[in-house]
Amino acid sequence: MKTLAELQAIRDRMRSQIDLRDSGDDRIRVVVGMATCGIAAGARPVLNALLEEVNKRDLKNVTVSQTGCIGVCRLEPIVEVYVPGQEKVTYVKMTPDKVASLVSEHLVNGRVVEEYTIGAAE
Amino acid sequence: MKEIALHILDIAQNSISAKATLVDLTLSETPEAITFTIVDNGRGMSPELLAQVSDPFTTTRTTRKMGLGIPLLRMAVEQTGGSLTIDSTEGVGTTVTAQFRPAHIDCPPVGDMAGTITLLLQGTPQLELHYVHTIDNNRFQLTTEELRAQLGPEISLAEPEVILWIRDYLQEQEMLLRENKGMKA
Repeated sequence: MKTLAELQAIRDRMRSQIDLRDSGDDRIRVVVGMATCGIAAGARPVLNALLEEVNKRDLKNVTVSQTGCIGVCRLEPIVEVYVPGQEKVTYVKMTPDKVASLVSEHLVNGRVVEEYTIGAAE
Repeated sequence: MKEIALHILDIAQNSISAKATLVDLTLSETPEAITFTIVDNGRGMSPELLAQVSDPFTTTRTTRKMGLGIPLLRMAVEQTGGSLTIDSTEGVGTTVTAQFRPAHIDCPPVGDMAGTITLLLQGTPQLELHYVHTIDNNRFQLTTEELRAQLGPEISLAEPEVILWIRDYLQEQEMLLRENKGMKA
């Protein structure tokens, strides 16, 4: 059974890494739509899967965050990927199953997963 | 919305967009009622906005943050014979209380509260959240102050390793809460 005191061990481990994370402008941002439309369409498990995958691969240059309604509610859950210096990529109708390939292909290898993008859906 | 936990995630985000720094979330389950209460110290609503807030068609662009969340919640509780009340004072905060009747066939399951709390904290790691979940006479409580006391001020609750730990902890505690309830019933 977990106890709150375990957080102290995480803290100690992270203190030694904290400088690595603060590496400024070259961070990749991954944003999940978390308004009513996104939540109803299943954004919560998608975001959870993203957090797991990013943590598992220890991607220190990736920030996962949430936003409100992106404006295309019928295509939710929507995930936007902002790689510095590149155009934003919008993934639509996301599921937890699609997350692993998004992370490995796009975030790690830099190849957009075209079949999940809004361009392929429309 | 397939779970009460998803309604909670959605409604609590209204508190966050209302600039709340403290959210008090209570969920209580008895055979007669499943009730959740969200109390925030956000900017609150004017009596005019409060009167309109359950109507999806009176929201304008500027108040669009309310959108369909409240109307969907009202529909979900009233379908079960339950009720939704919203009290709000401008400059003080808002209290939303939703009561579902679990005996009604349309009552959604409580669902994944661990997932809901996790995402609230991941999205707004600076928020102070007080969470209490009771099932009959059993009780689980977690506050962000307790988490921060262990973690120290400089590490964000949204750090992947931290937030996943919090999720696992909550999952475990929620399961224990439900199991205890099962043994006593």
